[in-house]
Amino acid sequence: MNYNLKVDVIVVSKIKTEWFSNVRGDILSGILVALALIPEAIAFSIIAGVDPMVGLYASFTIAVIIAFAGGRPGMISAATGAMALLMAPLVREHGLDYLLAATILTGVIQVIFGIFKVAKVMKFIPRAVMIGFVNALAILIFMAQVPHFIGISNMTYIFVAITLAIIYILPRFFKAIPAPLIAIIVLTAIALYTNFDLRTVGDLGTITRSFPEFFIPNVPFNLETLAIIFPFSIALAIVGLLETLLTASIVDEMTDTESDKNRESRGQGIANFITGFFGGMAGCAMIGQSVINVKSGGRGRLSTLVAGVFLIFLIIGLGDLVVRIPMPVLVGIMIMVSIGTFDWGSFKYLVKAPRTDAIVMLVTVVVVVATSDLSKGVIAGVILSAIFFVSKISKIKVVKSQVNEQTIYEVEGQLFFASVEDFLAGFDQSVSNENIVIDFSSAHIWDDSAVGAVDTVMIKLQENKNHVKIIGLNKSSKKLVDQLAVYDI
Amino acid sequence: MYKHILLAADGSENSLRAADEAIKVASLVEDSQIEIIYIIDFDDIKADVLHSGSKVELDHTRRKHLIPFEEKMKAHGVNYKTTVFNGYPGQKIVEYANDQNVDMLIIGSRGLNTFQEMFVGSVSHKVFKRANSPVLIVK
Repeated sequence: MNYNLKVDVIVVSKIKTEWFSNVRGDILSGILVALALIPEAIAFSIIAGVDPMVGLYASFTIAVIIAFAGGRPGMISAATGAMALLMAPLVREHGLDYLLAATILTGVIQVIFGIFKVAKVMKFIPRAVMIGFVNALAILIFMAQVPHFIGISNMTYIFVAITLAIIYILPRFFKAIPAPLIAIIVLTAIALYTNFDLRTVGDLGTITRSFPEFFIPNVPFNLETLAIIFPFSIALAIVGLLETLLTASIVDEMTDTESDKNRESRGQGIANFITGFFGGMAGCAMIGQSVINVKSGGRGRLSTLVAGVFLIFLIIGLGDLVVRIPMPVLVGIMIMVSIGTFDWGSFKYLVKAPRTDAIVMLVTVVVVVATSDLSKGVIAGVILSAIFFVSKISKIKVVKSQVNEQTIYEVEGQLFFASVEDFLAGFDQSVSNENIVIDFSSAHIWDDSAVGAVDTVMIKLQENKNHVKIIGLNKSSKKLVDQLAVYDI
Repeated sequence: MYKHILLAADGSENSLRAADEAIKVASLVEDSQIEIIYIIDFDDIKADVLHSGSKVELDHTRRKHLIPFEEKMKAHGVNYKTTVFNGYPGQKIVEYANDQNVDMLIIGSRGLNTFQEMFVGSVSHKVFKRANSPVLIVK
């Protein structure tokens, strides 16, 4: 009874700190994030090849659900570029309904990931792969903008340039309103009152001024559908979780607090699952927006909730104006996003990091850019770095020395399937009638192949009437040898 | 007198020279304490997280920044303590200095990021303009 009461008090006080310990800061930063989210949600919808509403609805539902279900208070999740890039081919070939079905399945997979604590696996993803991931993402976001500003009209170039100038110069003098929003307001107004040859958001889709509604995606419920959406859902689930957990670590670091990564994985799943039923595309945590939120004073769950709710009210209130936003302004904002996403320390990293790490980073980027699929790049990077790791630790040394009529072989390193050949090559097996000692003090025996190799050496040497002794096996190595070896001692 | 001396440390050459001056001041005043303040810049955190393999490695790199300062303090036997914050360096140093009513603030004239300073101005300039206490800027 007493114990339960105590638990209740802890839960209540946790809810209090996570939600209401920073009300003013959270509301202000949430509003700021909502303003910054709108252009991105629209631009990511265009990357995915769907109506702007799909990204806007997703940003609303994901932000609101994550506010409750997430494990990292103060982090912002919504429609993202990484996810949009992955889903583009699915939308192109099969249409929106399949994307919504894939979003729901992504949610299911992520909940399962969360239950099985896949967040722990993150530590096996080397930093070289993560650096490659963000760089590839930045390059893809930039490349996705090219068709929207190259060779359209001269005015398009001018608008992109003015947008970038406003974004990068204005904040030095005025910081209260996000510069991208000022660029949108000013340049949309100019475009409205002039007759420049510019494309607008309205040319690429429509804005519906209403709350999202529940509906079941119109896809046949059969194995064929599953076969179409499953590969996309798996890729979305992995990439979404990867970016989310990276973002969570960044927010942890910025706020000097800890977060529940497994709860966050589950929360992402729940958010995507529900979002699919409300006509939204799969999303994940956003590095850029979360950094904006924390920098602007957002710390609690309230900030995420305010961001989502304020976003949808803005769309309902101002939807008619949103379609008038000139595309080059969005392009400018996306160029800023890609510059902000790119890890500019990478050039120094390429020079200073171990060669194998640099190669892993480059391979990750190249695979992503070549396939336009972030998940493939990550998988290639992880496999490559695993191979490099194995080859690095498989270097084994066998040093031969002669002491008082005895031949001593000192083995140094990890003996396992990848290092057995080098191990065998280290022995002179042609000798006979000698006293031989094999010293394993600086070695570790890991698997069947290793024991097999020890066997081979022992049997060969004993055949030639040598007297062979093994010394220095550590406990677990000895156990393995005792269990598996066939040679006679 | 200069009892509470705040020394801004970012690991740059100038901030190490600032540490030498702080020690000189502290050795003149009885019962004085140097507080080494180190601000982890919000703008660096994304890259720091990305470039470190684990939380342990990240914390270790951060600690390494402070070691030369602490060694100087120990070598001269001055009384010191270390404070670390996250935030924007200029803003946070001023905020803390004014809040704590420090007797003197000592800072290097230029920090680590000379490229950024070309655009947004140096931290020392910002601190010098806004701090309420006397400020010693060390070249």
